[in-house]
Amino acid sequence: MLALIITVECIACWACEPICPNGAIRVKNEIFRIDKNSCTRCEGHADLPQCVEICPVEGAITDAEGSAMNPPGTLTGIPREKIPA
Amino acid sequence: MSSVQESGCKSIRSDSGLVEEHPCYSEGASHRYARMHLAVAPACNMQCRYCNRKFDCANESRPGVVSGVLAPAQALERAGEAMGRLPNLRVIGFAGPGDPLANRERVFATCKPVRKRFPDVHLCLSTNGLHLPEAVDGIVGHGIRHVTITLNALDPEVGAEIYSWIFWRKKRRRGVEAARILLEQQLAGMSALLARGVLVKVNTVLIPGINAGQVSEINRLVSDAGVFSHNVMPLISAPEHGTYYGVMGIPGPSEAELQQVRGLCQGSARLMTHCRQCRADAAGLLGMDRHNELLPASPGGSRVIPIHRPRREPVANPVLLAVASLTGETVDTHFGHAGFFRIYRVSGDRIEALGERVVPQYCQGDDRCVEENHVLNNALNALHDCQGVICSRIGYTPWQALLARGIAPVNRHAEQSVREALRQTALMLQAREGAAIPMAAAVGMQ
Repeated sequence: MLALIITVECIACWACEPICPNGAIRVKNEIFRIDKNSCTRCEGHADLPQCVEICPVEGAITDAEGSAMNPPGTLTGIPREKIPA
Repeated sequence: MSSVQESGCKSIRSDSGLVEEHPCYSEGASHRYARMHLAVAPACNMQCRYCNRKFDCANESRPGVVSGVLAPAQALERAGEAMGRLPNLRVIGFAGPGDPLANRERVFATCKPVRKRFPDVHLCLSTNGLHLPEAVDGIVGHGIRHVTITLNALDPEVGAEIYSWIFWRKKRRRGVEAARILLEQQLAGMSALLARGVLVKVNTVLIPGINAGQVSEINRLVSDAGVFSHNVMPLISAPEHGTYYGVMGIPGPSEAELQQVRGLCQGSARLMTHCRQCRADAAGLLGMDRHNELLPASPGGSRVIPIHRPRREPVANPVLLAVASLTGETVDTHFGHAGFFRIYRVSGDRIEALGERVVPQYCQGDDRCVEENHVLNNALNALHDCQGVICSRIGYTPWQALLARGIAPVNRHAEQSVREALRQTALMLQAREGAAIPMAAAVGMQ
Protein backbone atom coordinates (compact mmCIF):
# COMPACT_ATOMS: atom_id res chain seq x y z
CA MET A 1 0.00 0.00 0.00
CA LEU A 2 1.33 3.38 -0.97
CA ALA A 3 2.48 5.75 1.73
CA LEU A 4 0.54 8.78 2.88
CA ILE A 5 1.63 12.34 2.11
CA ILE A 6 1.68 15.48 4.27
CA THR A 7 0.64 18.58 2.36
CA VAL A 8 1.10 22.32 2.56
CA GLU A 9 -1.93 22.48 4.86
CA CYS A 10 0.19 21.07 7.70
CA ILE A 11 0.42 23.50 10.62
CA ALA A 12 3.42 21.79 12.22
CA CYS A 13 1.57 20.92 15.43
CA TRP A 14 3.58 17.76 16.06
CA ALA A 15 0.56 15.68 17.07
CA CYS A 16 1.30 12.92 14.55
CA GLU A 17 5.01 12.59 15.10
CA PRO A 18 5.09 10.77 18.45
CA ILE A 19 2.22 8.41 17.69
CA CYS A 20 3.46 7.04 14.37
CA PRO A 21 4.24 3.38 15.15
CA ASN A 22 6.86 3.30 12.39
CA GLY A 23 8.67 6.53 13.15
CA ALA A 24 7.83 7.53 9.59
CA ILE A 25 7.10 11.21 10.31
CA ARG A 26 10.24 13.16 9.50
CA VAL A 27 10.70 16.78 10.50
CA LYS A 28 13.25 19.18 9.10
CA ASN A 29 13.06 22.94 9.55
CA GLU A 30 9.53 22.46 10.84
CA ILE A 31 8.49 20.89 7.57
CA PHE A 32 6.80 17.57 8.14
CA ARG A 33 6.84 14.69 5.70
CA ILE A 34 6.16 10.98 5.73
CA ASP A 35 8.99 8.67 4.81
CA LYS A 36 7.44 6.54 2.10
CA ASN A 37 9.63 3.58 2.85
CA SER A 38 8.63 3.49 6.52
CA CYS A 39 4.90 4.23 6.25
CA THR A 40 2.69 1.15 6.44
CA ARG A 41 -0.54 3.11 6.91
CA CYS A 42 -0.46 1.46 10.33
CA GLU A 43 -1.47 -1.92 8.99
CA GLY A 44 -1.33 -4.43 11.79
CA HIS A 45 -1.12 -1.63 14.36
CA ALA A 46 -4.45 0.14 14.14
CA ASP A 47 -7.61 0.18 12.04
CA LEU A 48 -6.73 3.51 10.49
CA PRO A 49 -3.46 5.42 10.03
CA GLN A 50 -2.68 7.13 13.32
CA CYS A 51 -1.48 10.38 11.76
CA VAL A 52 -4.78 10.64 9.91
CA GLU A 53 -6.72 9.93 13.08
CA ILE A 54 -5.08 12.65 15.18
CA CYS A 55 -4.39 15.30 12.50
CA PRO A 56 -6.47 18.43 13.29
CA VAL A 57 -6.36 19.92 9.80
CA GLU A 58 -8.51 18.84 6.92
CA GLY A 59 -6.52 18.11 3.77
CA ALA A 60 -3.18 18.03 5.56
CA ILE A 61 -2.70 14.34 4.80
CA THR A 62 -3.53 12.73 1.49
CA ASP A 63 -3.14 9.32 -0.03
CA ALA A 64 -0.68 8.78 -2.85
CA GLU A 65 -3.27 9.97 -5.36
CA GLY A 66 -3.74 13.26 -3.55
CA SER A 67 -7.17 12.55 -2.04
CA ALA A 68 -7.57 14.11 1.39
CA MET A 69 -7.74 11.52 4.14
CA ASN A 70 -9.76 14.03 6.18
CA PRO A 71 -11.81 15.92 3.60
CA PRO A 72 -13.15 19.46 4.16
CA GLY A 73 -15.75 19.66 6.90
CA THR A 74 -15.04 16.26 8.40
CA LEU A 75 -12.99 17.52 11.34
CA THR A 76 -14.52 20.88 12.14
CA GLY A 77 -18.11 19.89 11.37
CA ILE A 78 -18.45 23.11 9.38
CA PRO A 79 -20.65 22.49 6.31
CA ARG A 80 -18.68 22.70 3.07
CA GLU A 81 -20.54 25.72 1.76
CA LYS A 82 -19.61 27.66 4.89
CA ILE A 83 -15.93 26.79 4.98
CA PRO A 84 -13.96 30.04 4.67
CA ALA A 85 -11.90 30.24 1.50
CA MET B 1 -15.99 17.25 52.81
CA SER B 2 -13.58 14.40 53.21
CA SER B 3 -10.60 14.50 55.53
CA VAL B 4 -8.28 14.43 52.54
CA GLN B 5 -9.86 17.57 51.16
CA GLU B 6 -9.86 19.26 54.53
CA SER B 7 -6.20 18.66 54.96
CA GLY B 8 -5.74 19.79 51.37
CA CYS B 9 -7.45 23.08 52.19
CA LYS B 10 -5.38 23.60 55.30
CA SER B 11 -2.18 23.08 53.41
CA ILE B 12 -3.34 25.54 50.78
CA ARG B 13 -3.97 28.22 53.40
CA SER B 14 -0.76 27.62 55.25
CA ASP B 15 1.33 27.30 52.12
CA SER B 16 1.77 30.99 51.68
CA GLY B 17 1.66 32.26 48.18
CA LEU B 18 -0.08 29.34 46.51
CA VAL B 19 -3.24 31.38 46.21
CA GLU B 20 -2.02 34.84 47.14
CA GLU B 21 0.64 34.96 44.44
CA HIS B 22 -1.27 33.42 41.56
CA PRO B 23 -3.08 36.07 39.53
CA CYS B 24 -5.64 33.56 38.25
CA TYR B 25 -6.52 32.28 41.70
CA SER B 26 -6.72 35.60 43.47
CA GLU B 27 -7.99 38.84 42.06
CA GLY B 28 -5.80 40.70 44.52
CA ALA B 29 -2.78 38.88 43.16
CA SER B 30 -3.79 39.75 39.61
CA HIS B 31 -2.98 43.40 40.25
CA ARG B 32 0.37 42.65 41.86
CA TYR B 33 1.87 39.55 40.35
CA ALA B 34 2.68 38.64 36.80
CA ARG B 35 2.49 35.28 35.13
CA MET B 36 3.77 33.93 31.88
CA HIS B 37 2.73 31.08 29.66
CA LEU B 38 5.42 29.03 28.00
CA ALA B 39 4.05 27.85 24.67
CA VAL B 40 5.80 24.50 24.50
CA ALA B 41 2.73 22.39 23.73
CA PRO B 42 1.68 22.52 20.07
CA ALA B 43 -0.22 19.23 19.81
CA CYS B 44 -3.81 18.62 20.82
CA ASN B 45 -5.82 15.45 21.26
CA MET B 46 -9.25 16.81 20.51
CA GLN B 47 -11.16 19.54 18.70
CA CYS B 48 -13.27 22.02 20.62
CA ARG B 49 -15.69 23.99 18.53
CA TYR B 50 -14.48 27.31 19.91
CA CYS B 51 -10.94 26.62 18.73
CA ASN B 52 -9.33 26.75 15.31
CA ARG B 53 -5.94 25.11 15.13
CA LYS B 54 -5.11 26.83 11.86
CA PHE B 55 -5.05 30.33 13.26
CA ASP B 56 -2.32 32.30 14.84
CA CYS B 57 -2.61 35.91 15.76
CA ALA B 58 0.24 38.08 16.69
CA ASN B 59 -1.83 40.58 18.54
CA GLU B 60 -4.96 38.86 19.55
CA SER B 61 -5.68 37.77 23.06
CA ARG B 62 -7.56 34.56 23.42
CA PRO B 63 -6.70 31.06 24.54
CA GLY B 64 -4.96 28.78 22.09
CA VAL B 65 -3.33 31.63 20.24
CA VAL B 66 0.44 32.00 20.08
CA SER B 67 3.04 33.53 17.82
CA GLY B 68 5.47 30.68 17.99
CA VAL B 69 6.04 27.40 19.76
CA LEU B 70 9.10 27.00 21.93
CA ALA B 71 11.37 24.02 22.42
CA PRO B 72 12.04 23.33 26.13
CA ALA B 73 15.48 24.97 25.94
CA GLN B 74 14.03 28.09 24.32
CA ALA B 75 11.31 28.11 26.96
CA LEU B 76 13.90 28.24 29.72
CA GLU B 77 15.60 31.11 27.94
CA ARG B 78 12.31 32.97 27.60
CA ALA B 79 11.51 32.37 31.25
CA GLY B 80 14.89 33.78 32.20
CA GLU B 81 14.31 36.82 30.05
CA ALA B 82 10.87 37.33 31.56
CA MET B 83 12.21 37.02 35.10
CA GLY B 84 14.60 39.82 34.31
CA ARG B 85 11.95 42.10 32.88
CA LEU B 86 9.03 41.27 35.12
CA PRO B 87 10.27 41.38 38.69
CA ASN B 88 6.82 40.50 40.01
CA LEU B 89 6.64 37.30 37.97
CA ARG B 90 5.41 34.53 40.26
CA VAL B 91 3.74 32.01 37.99
CA ILE B 92 4.93 30.08 34.97
CA GLY B 93 2.15 28.21 33.23
CA PHE B 94 1.60 25.79 30.40
CA ALA B 95 -1.51 26.46 28.38
CA GLY B 96 -0.91 25.37 24.82
CA PRO B 97 -1.40 26.28 22.08
CA GLY B 98 -2.51 22.64 22.06
CA ASP B 99 -3.11 20.71 25.25
CA PRO B 100 -0.17 20.51 27.64
CA LEU B 101 -0.95 16.89 28.46
CA ALA B 102 -0.91 15.93 24.80
CA ASN B 103 2.70 17.17 24.96
CA ARG B 104 3.56 15.83 28.38
CA GLU B 105 7.21 15.13 27.66
CA ARG B 106 7.83 18.64 26.37
CA VAL B 107 6.03 20.20 29.31
CA PHE B 108 7.76 18.10 31.95
CA ALA B 109 11.11 18.54 30.21
CA THR B 110 10.54 22.28 30.58
CA CYS B 111 9.44 22.07 34.22
CA LYS B 112 12.68 20.49 35.36
CA PRO B 113 15.15 23.23 34.44
CA VAL B 114 12.66 26.04 35.13
CA ARG B 115 12.07 24.75 38.63
CA LYS B 116 15.76 24.30 39.24
CA ARG B 117 16.61 27.81 38.11
CA PHE B 118 13.57 29.56 39.60
CA PRO B 119 12.60 27.50 42.67
CA ASP B 120 10.25 30.18 44.02
CA VAL B 121 8.07 30.38 40.96
CA HIS B 122 4.75 28.53 40.95
CA LEU B 123 4.20 26.16 38.05
CA CYS B 124 0.73 25.72 36.67
CA LEU B 125 -0.93 23.90 33.85
CA SER B 126 -4.21 24.08 32.02
CA THR B 127 -5.78 21.06 30.32
CA ASN B 128 -8.85 19.67 28.64
CA GLY B 129 -8.46 16.70 30.99
CA LEU B 130 -8.51 13.94 28.40
CA HIS B 131 -5.18 12.53 29.56
CA LEU B 132 -5.30 13.87 33.08
CA PRO B 133 -5.61 10.69 35.18
CA GLU B 134 -2.40 9.13 33.88
CA ALA B 135 -0.56 12.45 34.11
CA VAL B 136 -1.29 13.16 37.78
CA ASP B 137 1.91 11.51 39.05
CA GLY B 138 3.98 13.50 36.59
CA ILE B 139 2.20 16.74 37.45
CA VAL B 140 2.76 16.32 41.16
CA GLY B 141 6.27 14.95 40.63
CA HIS B 142 7.28 18.00 38.62
CA GLY B 143 6.07 20.39 41.27
CA ILE B 144 3.01 21.67 39.47
CA ARG B 145 0.65 22.76 42.24
CA HIS B 146 -2.02 24.53 40.19
CA VAL B 147 -4.07 22.78 37.53
CA THR B 148 -6.98 24.17 35.54
CA ILE B 149 -9.40 21.77 33.88
CA THR B 150 -11.81 23.01 31.24
CA LEU B 151 -15.14 21.36 31.93
CA ASN B 152 -17.98 22.53 29.72
CA ALA B 153 -20.62 19.86 30.09
CA LEU B 154 -21.78 17.10 32.41
CA ASP B 155 -24.33 15.79 29.95
CA PRO B 156 -22.57 13.92 27.10
CA GLU B 157 -25.36 15.00 24.75
CA VAL B 158 -24.34 18.58 25.44
CA GLY B 159 -20.66 17.69 25.24
CA ALA B 160 -21.30 16.24 21.80
CA GLU B 161 -22.37 19.74 20.73
CA ILE B 162 -19.13 21.27 21.99
CA TYR B 163 -16.47 18.80 20.90
CA SER B 164 -16.07 17.71 17.30
CA TRP B 165 -13.82 14.78 18.17
CA ILE B 166 -11.28 13.32 20.54
CA PHE B 167 -8.35 11.06 19.75
CA TRP B 168 -8.62 8.14 22.13
CA ARG B 169 -7.03 4.72 22.03
CA LYS B 170 -5.87 4.82 18.43
CA LYS B 171 -9.14 6.24 17.09
CA ARG B 172 -10.80 9.53 16.39
CA ARG B 173 -14.08 9.37 18.28
CA ARG B 174 -17.01 11.67 17.94
CA GLY B 175 -20.37 12.62 19.37
CA VAL B 176 -21.72 11.29 22.63
CA GLU B 177 -19.08 8.55 22.82
CA ALA B 178 -16.31 11.14 22.71
CA ALA B 179 -18.03 13.42 25.22
CA ARG B 180 -18.60 10.56 27.63
CA ILE B 181 -14.96 9.43 27.55
CA LEU B 182 -13.79 13.00 28.02
CA LEU B 183 -16.07 13.58 31.00
CA GLU B 184 -14.98 10.37 32.71
CA GLN B 185 -11.35 11.35 32.28
CA GLN B 186 -11.93 14.90 33.49
CA LEU B 187 -13.73 13.84 36.65
CA ALA B 188 -11.30 11.03 37.44
CA GLY B 189 -8.38 13.39 36.90
CA MET B 190 -9.96 16.10 39.02
CA SER B 191 -10.48 13.73 41.96
CA ALA B 192 -6.96 12.38 41.70
CA LEU B 193 -5.46 15.88 41.71
CA LEU B 194 -7.54 16.96 44.69
CA ALA B 195 -6.52 13.85 46.59
CA ARG B 196 -2.90 14.81 46.00
CA GLY B 197 -3.40 18.32 47.36
CA VAL B 198 -3.17 20.10 44.01
CA LEU B 199 -5.06 23.39 43.80
CA VAL B 200 -7.66 22.86 41.08
CA LYS B 201 -9.50 25.48 39.11
CA VAL B 202 -12.26 24.58 36.67
CA ASN B 203 -12.92 26.67 33.58
CA THR B 204 -16.29 26.57 31.88
CA VAL B 205 -16.81 28.30 28.56
CA LEU B 206 -20.34 29.68 28.53
CA ILE B 207 -21.79 28.92 25.11
CA PRO B 208 -25.26 30.45 24.78
CA GLY B 209 -27.90 27.98 23.73
CA ILE B 210 -25.52 25.06 24.21
CA ASN B 211 -24.34 24.67 27.79
CA ALA B 212 -25.89 27.57 29.70
CA GLY B 213 -28.16 25.12 31.51
CA GLN B 214 -25.18 23.00 32.64
CA VAL B 215 -23.13 25.66 34.34
CA SER B 216 -24.75 25.80 37.78
CA GLU B 217 -24.69 22.02 37.93
CA ILE B 218 -21.00 22.01 37.04
CA ASN B 219 -20.45 24.61 39.75
CA ARG B 220 -22.19 22.47 42.35
CA LEU B 221 -20.32 19.32 41.37
CA VAL B 222 -16.86 20.86 41.34
CA SER B 223 -17.51 22.79 44.53
CA ASP B 224 -18.56 19.62 46.32
CA ALA B 225 -15.47 17.86 45.02
CA GLY B 226 -13.22 20.49 46.59
CA VAL B 227 -12.23 22.55 43.59
CA PHE B 228 -10.78 25.88 44.69
CA SER B 229 -12.07 28.14 41.98
CA HIS B 230 -14.59 28.08 39.13
CA ASN B 231 -14.12 30.36 36.18
CA VAL B 232 -17.19 30.82 34.00
CA MET B 233 -15.87 32.56 30.93
CA PRO B 234 -17.67 33.84 27.85
CA LEU B 235 -17.35 32.10 24.51
CA ILE B 236 -15.13 34.11 22.17
CA SER B 237 -16.61 33.78 18.72
CA ALA B 238 -16.15 35.76 15.54
CA PRO B 239 -16.47 34.60 11.94
CA GLU B 240 -12.87 35.57 11.13
CA HIS B 241 -11.57 33.23 13.82
CA GLY B 242 -12.67 30.35 11.61
CA THR B 243 -13.94 28.33 14.56
CA TYR B 244 -17.08 26.23 14.22
CA TYR B 245 -19.04 28.61 16.43
CA GLY B 246 -17.61 31.64 14.68
CA VAL B 247 -18.41 30.41 11.19
CA MET B 248 -21.83 29.10 12.19
CA GLY B 249 -22.75 32.44 13.68
CA ILE B 250 -23.10 31.32 17.28
CA PRO B 251 -22.11 34.41 19.26
CA GLY B 252 -20.65 34.68 22.73
CA PRO B 253 -22.93 35.63 25.62
CA SER B 254 -23.86 39.19 26.46
CA GLU B 255 -22.57 40.59 29.71
CA ALA B 256 -26.08 40.19 31.14
CA GLU B 257 -26.25 36.52 30.17
CA LEU B 258 -22.83 35.91 31.66
CA GLN B 259 -23.80 37.63 34.91
CA GLN B 260 -27.06 35.74 35.06
CA VAL B 261 -25.36 32.36 34.68
CA ARG B 262 -22.61 33.28 37.12
CA GLY B 263 -25.33 34.30 39.56
CA LEU B 264 -26.67 30.76 39.52
CA CYS B 265 -23.31 29.45 40.69
CA GLN B 266 -23.74 29.19 44.44
CA GLY B 267 -21.19 26.48 45.27
CA SER B 268 -18.26 26.93 47.60
CA ALA B 269 -15.71 27.21 44.80
CA ARG B 270 -14.48 30.78 44.52
CA LEU B 271 -16.07 32.27 41.40
CA MET B 272 -13.39 33.79 39.24
CA THR B 273 -14.63 36.88 37.44
CA HIS B 274 -11.35 38.60 36.61
CA CYS B 275 -10.21 36.16 33.90
CA ARG B 276 -8.77 37.85 30.83
CA GLN B 277 -8.74 34.73 28.64
CA CYS B 278 -5.05 34.86 27.97
CA ARG B 279 -3.06 33.78 25.01
CA ALA B 280 -1.06 30.58 25.32
CA ASP B 281 2.10 32.71 25.25
CA ALA B 282 0.93 35.57 27.45
CA ALA B 283 3.31 37.29 29.84
CA GLY B 284 2.85 40.01 32.41
CA LEU B 285 -0.04 41.13 34.57
CA LEU B 286 -3.45 39.83 33.53
CA GLY B 287 -4.83 42.06 30.82
CA MET B 288 -1.52 43.85 30.33
CA ASP B 289 0.15 41.38 28.07
CA ARG B 290 3.80 41.89 27.26
CA HIS B 291 4.54 38.76 25.27
CA ASN B 292 5.41 40.98 22.32
CA GLU B 293 8.32 42.42 24.22
CA LEU B 294 9.71 38.99 24.89
CA LEU B 295 9.37 37.47 21.48
CA PRO B 296 8.01 40.24 19.34
CA ALA B 297 5.35 39.51 16.80
CA SER B 298 3.28 41.68 14.53
CA PRO B 299 0.84 44.18 15.98
CA GLY B 300 -2.02 45.71 14.09
CA GLY B 301 -5.40 45.53 15.71
CA SER B 302 -7.30 42.61 17.05
CA ARG B 303 -7.39 40.62 13.88
CA VAL B 304 -6.29 37.12 13.19
CA ILE B 305 -3.54 35.92 10.95
CA PRO B 306 -3.91 32.45 9.49
CA ILE B 307 -0.84 30.40 10.20
CA HIS B 308 -1.07 28.39 7.06
CA ARG B 309 -0.77 29.81 3.61
CA PRO B 310 -1.39 28.67 0.08
CA ARG B 311 1.37 26.70 -1.56
CA ARG B 312 4.22 28.76 -2.88
CA GLU B 313 6.58 27.72 -5.58
CA PRO B 314 9.94 26.71 -4.20
CA VAL B 315 12.22 29.73 -4.05
CA ALA B 316 15.30 29.57 -6.20
CA ASN B 317 18.74 29.88 -4.69
CA PRO B 318 19.94 32.63 -4.08
CA VAL B 319 17.19 34.47 -2.25
CA LEU B 320 16.58 38.22 -2.29
CA LEU B 321 15.51 39.51 1.10
CA ALA B 322 14.61 42.89 2.54
CA VAL B 323 15.31 43.74 6.16
CA ALA B 324 13.77 46.50 8.25
CA SER B 325 16.72 47.52 10.37
CA LEU B 326 17.86 50.95 11.37
CA THR B 327 21.24 49.83 12.65
CA GLY B 328 21.93 47.01 10.22
CA GLU B 329 23.00 44.93 13.20
CA THR B 330 19.69 43.63 14.52
CA VAL B 331 16.14 43.28 13.19
CA ASP B 332 14.94 46.33 15.06
CA THR B 333 12.28 48.01 12.93
CA HIS B 334 8.52 47.68 12.45
CA PHE B 335 7.56 47.19 8.81
CA GLY B 336 5.35 50.25 8.92
CA HIS B 337 8.01 52.40 10.56
CA ALA B 338 10.78 51.55 8.14
CA GLY B 339 11.95 54.52 6.08
CA PHE B 340 14.17 52.17 4.10
CA PHE B 341 14.86 48.49 3.73
CA ARG B 342 18.26 46.88 3.49
CA ILE B 343 18.39 44.47 0.58
CA TYR B 344 20.48 41.30 0.68
CA ARG B 345 21.15 38.41 -1.62
CA VAL B 346 21.57 35.24 0.41
CA SER B 347 23.01 32.04 -0.91
CA GLY B 348 23.75 29.42 1.72
CA ASP B 349 26.06 31.12 4.20
CA ARG B 350 27.01 33.82 1.72
CA ILE B 351 25.29 37.13 2.40
CA GLU B 352 25.71 39.99 -0.03
CA ALA B 353 24.48 43.48 0.85
CA LEU B 354 22.94 45.13 -2.21
CA GLY B 355 22.19 48.47 -0.64
CA GLU B 356 19.13 50.24 0.66
CA ARG B 357 15.76 51.07 -0.80
CA VAL B 358 13.98 54.10 0.55
CA VAL B 359 10.23 53.75 0.93
CA PRO B 360 7.52 56.15 2.05
CA GLN B 361 6.69 55.33 5.62
CA TYR B 362 3.57 53.30 5.66
CA CYS B 363 2.40 53.60 9.24
CA GLN B 364 1.85 57.03 10.78
CA GLY B 365 1.06 55.45 14.11
CA ASP B 366 -2.61 56.21 14.04
CA ASP B 367 -5.85 55.03 12.55
CA ARG B 368 -4.98 56.33 9.11
CA CYS B 369 -2.73 53.30 8.60
CA VAL B 370 -5.32 50.99 7.23
CA GLU B 371 -6.77 53.62 4.93
CA GLU B 372 -3.56 54.64 3.29
CA ASN B 373 -3.30 51.83 0.85
CA HIS B 374 -1.48 53.89 -1.75
CA VAL B 375 1.37 54.43 0.67
CA LEU B 376 1.48 50.74 1.40
CA ASN B 377 1.49 50.00 -2.31
CA ASN B 378 4.52 52.23 -2.79
CA ALA B 379 6.36 50.23 -0.18
CA LEU B 380 5.30 46.98 -1.75
CA ASN B 381 6.41 48.12 -5.19
CA ALA B 382 9.84 48.92 -3.83
CA LEU B 383 10.11 45.36 -2.57
CA HIS B 384 8.48 43.64 -5.53
CA ASP B 385 11.44 41.43 -6.39
CA CYS B 386 12.13 40.24 -2.83
CA GLN B 387 11.08 36.80 -1.68
CA GLY B 388 10.81 37.82 1.94
CA VAL B 389 10.73 40.84 4.22
CA ILE B 390 12.26 40.53 7.67
CA CYS B 391 11.02 43.02 10.23
CA SER B 392 10.51 43.19 13.98
CA ARG B 393 6.78 43.62 13.69
CA ILE B 394 4.19 44.05 11.01
CA GLY B 395 0.48 44.90 10.89
CA TYR B 396 -2.24 42.72 9.54
CA THR B 397 -2.93 44.73 6.37
CA PRO B 398 0.65 44.83 5.08
CA TRP B 399 1.09 41.21 6.14
CA GLN B 400 -1.77 40.15 3.92
CA ALA B 401 -0.66 42.48 1.14
CA LEU B 402 2.85 40.99 1.13
CA LEU B 403 1.49 37.48 0.98
CA ALA B 404 -0.79 38.43 -1.88
CA ARG B 405 2.31 39.45 -3.81
CA GLY B 406 4.14 36.26 -3.00
CA ILE B 407 6.49 37.97 -0.53
CA ALA B 408 6.86 36.21 2.80
CA PRO B 409 6.55 38.49 5.83
CA VAL B 410 8.95 37.24 8.52
CA ASN B 411 8.71 38.62 12.04
CA ARG B 412 10.12 35.72 14.03
CA HIS B 413 13.64 37.15 14.19
CA ALA B 414 12.86 40.39 15.97
CA GLU B 415 15.86 41.76 17.86
CA GLN B 416 18.06 38.98 16.52
CA SER B 417 21.11 39.63 14.41
CA VAL B 418 20.40 40.56 10.81
CA ARG B 419 22.89 37.97 9.53
CA GLU B 420 21.30 35.13 11.46
CA ALA B 421 17.81 36.24 10.46
CA LEU B 422 18.87 36.32 6.81
CA ARG B 423 20.48 32.91 7.00
CA GLN B 424 17.50 31.28 8.69
CA THR B 425 14.93 32.94 6.48
CA ALA B 426 16.76 31.87 3.34
CA LEU B 427 16.82 28.30 4.66
CA MET B 428 13.12 28.45 5.32
CA LEU B 429 12.31 29.74 1.88
CA GLN B 430 14.50 27.34 -0.01
CA ALA B 431 12.25 24.37 -0.21
CA ARG B 432 13.65 20.96 -0.63
CA GLU B 433 12.94 19.51 -4.00
CA GLY B 434 9.23 18.98 -4.45
CA ALA B 435 8.46 19.36 -0.77
CA ALA B 436 5.37 21.27 0.16
CA ILE B 437 6.28 24.22 2.34
CA PRO B 438 3.90 25.00 5.13
CA MET B 439 3.93 28.77 5.08
CA ALA B 440 3.35 28.52 8.79
CA ALA B 441 6.97 27.54 9.02
CA ALA B 442 8.09 30.28 6.71
CA VAL B 443 6.26 33.12 8.31
CA GLY B 444 6.55 32.70 11.99
CA MET B 445 4.58 29.88 13.54
CA GLN B 446 6.82 27.21 15.03
